[in-house]
Amino acid sequence: MDIIITGFLLGGTYALIAMGLNLQYGMARIMNLANGEMLVAGGFAAFWFWTAAQVSPLLTVFVVAPVAFAANWLIYLVFLRPLVKRARSRGQLEVDSILTTFGLSFVSVGLMLAVFGGDYFSYSYLSFPVHILGDSYGANRVAAFASAVVICGALWLWLDRSRPGLTIRAIAVSPDSARLVGIDVRKMAALAFALGGAVTATGGALISTFLTLDASTGVMFTLKALIIVIMGGVGDVRGTIVAALALGILETFVATVIDPGLTLAAAYLLFVVILLVRPQGLFGRRSA
Amino acid sequence: MRLTPTDWRNLALSGMALAFAACLPWLFGSYALSIGVTIAMYTVLATSWALFSGPTHYISLATAAFFGVGTYVTGIGIEHLPYWTLLPIAGVIGAVLAALVGLATLRLSGVYFVIFTLGLAEFIRQVITWAQNVSGTKGIYVLTSITEAHIYWQLLGLAALVYLLGWAIGRSRLGFALRIIGDDEQVARHSGIHTARAKILLFLVPGSVAAITGAILAPRYVYIEPSLAFAPMLSFQVVIMALLGGTGRLWGPLVGVIPFTFLWEGVSITVPNQTTLLLGLSFLVIVYLLPKGFVGLFGTIRRRMGSEGLV
Repeated sequence: MDIIITGFLLGGTYALIAMGLNLQYGMARIMNLANGEMLVAGGFAAFWFWTAAQVSPLLTVFVVAPVAFAANWLIYLVFLRPLVKRARSRGQLEVDSILTTFGLSFVSVGLMLAVFGGDYFSYSYLSFPVHILGDSYGANRVAAFASAVVICGALWLWLDRSRPGLTIRAIAVSPDSARLVGIDVRKMAALAFALGGAVTATGGALISTFLTLDASTGVMFTLKALIIVIMGGVGDVRGTIVAALALGILETFVATVIDPGLTLAAAYLLFVVILLVRPQGLFGRRSA
Repeated sequence: MRLTPTDWRNLALSGMALAFAACLPWLFGSYALSIGVTIAMYTVLATSWALFSGPTHYISLATAAFFGVGTYVTGIGIEHLPYWTLLPIAGVIGAVLAALVGLATLRLSGVYFVIFTLGLAEFIRQVITWAQNVSGTKGIYVLTSITEAHIYWQLLGLAALVYLLGWAIGRSRLGFALRIIGDDEQVARHSGIHTARAKILLFLVPGSVAAITGAILAPRYVYIEPSLAFAPMLSFQVVIMALLGGTGRLWGPLVGVIPFTFLWEGVSITVPNQTTLLLGLSFLVIVYLLPKGFVGLFGTIRRRMGSEGLV
């Protein structure tokens, strides 16, 4: 029971991070391997605000999100749009965007190393226990989970009910047909990419309240988010949430029962099983 | 198979270049030799990487995983078996691992393959670290009488083998099939090429070569531990060197390996913390300025000079 709740709490935050990646890969069609660095940057911001001015990470989010949105918008315009323009096929765009975002990822790790150094950093925020069903859990985990639920819910409502949300889902399903009905695909793709970055950075600020980060941990989170997105089905919000919770529980289980050093190995095994059994994702339909 | 006079000339030139490279340990000092080992190692890795990724456009980040497995074959095997058996064993294990990875991912789109190979080295590293914790052992000492020059010659031999293999594949039915797959996979499938099988077969080459390279280099490290053997940076360096040189020609990666090794050495000595930044900038340079590598650049220059009547 203890494991399931801890895993659930962790999975909620993972869902937020993976949601960001899903907006970028599923909707904007850019495989962004620098996603984890955006997360770490969000975490750094929360850390910095907390240690410098005791600003609660839950408030920092309101600064982190717009800044990350703007930064990702710029990244899309400067680095990725030229690639979208010159790509002759989806495959070529994929290779180009993988290489570019790897480049961006290493550049940002390098910059963060230069600015913050290679140390681990953590701070204690809301580190008192909360009792749920007879066991106690860190209040920071519960707070992060609650915020993640609120943000995921808002995002889902927006995608499902609002007109811009509908447009974004349209470009995810079929960019070519979306153009025919008068959607500005380029603008919407940039919007989805920027929004995804903002969501991930927010997730980073939340996750930094209970996990220790350092400048080069980003790639771990990128890998986990990718596994979640593929497991849930690319572009599928519901699948992403289920997959994130499943991964959170699995990781917590492996960390408590076997060895904390094996969490990524466990996630990876899960990925192998998914690739072999359901490469189209949990709720996905097999495509041609 | 029939060889044209050009083939004979190229073979002779390559043989001469190899013979000259083999003299390096006697001609220059130990610093040059250690650079030579590094260059030979990356040449082997990048060339075999390009053999697979050039025609298929699949970006493999599994080099570090295969390499690490190879070093562990030597590390564990040296106590029990004669050294000369270890290299073939490493090659076979690398090929088996590559076949498993290929079977799991090469039927799917390229993105899955990238993610899978990105995680592979870290996966094996975590499993080995865990196994060491459980069994209570730490790293492994590899104490042999193998010198730097021996390692260098072995790597040169392996490089010659990789070049011959690449050349042979290029002339074979498999090579022909791969060129079609690289152009248009759908066309390849319609003309009766078993695309997944061709890709898996080809992926055995970098897998097995990287494992052998790891096995050859293990004595140089003396002390092996998972974080050293499976350092993920290696995979990225190989990708950059191969793409920087260009994957369109067999000798392309070599053109990338040599300048990048010197650049890397220079940066590691002067600003050791900024190697990550260098790696990132190199990726961006490749995508935006040199999409076909130096090889492509030479081609463009030659064509331009040709059109102006200079050549």
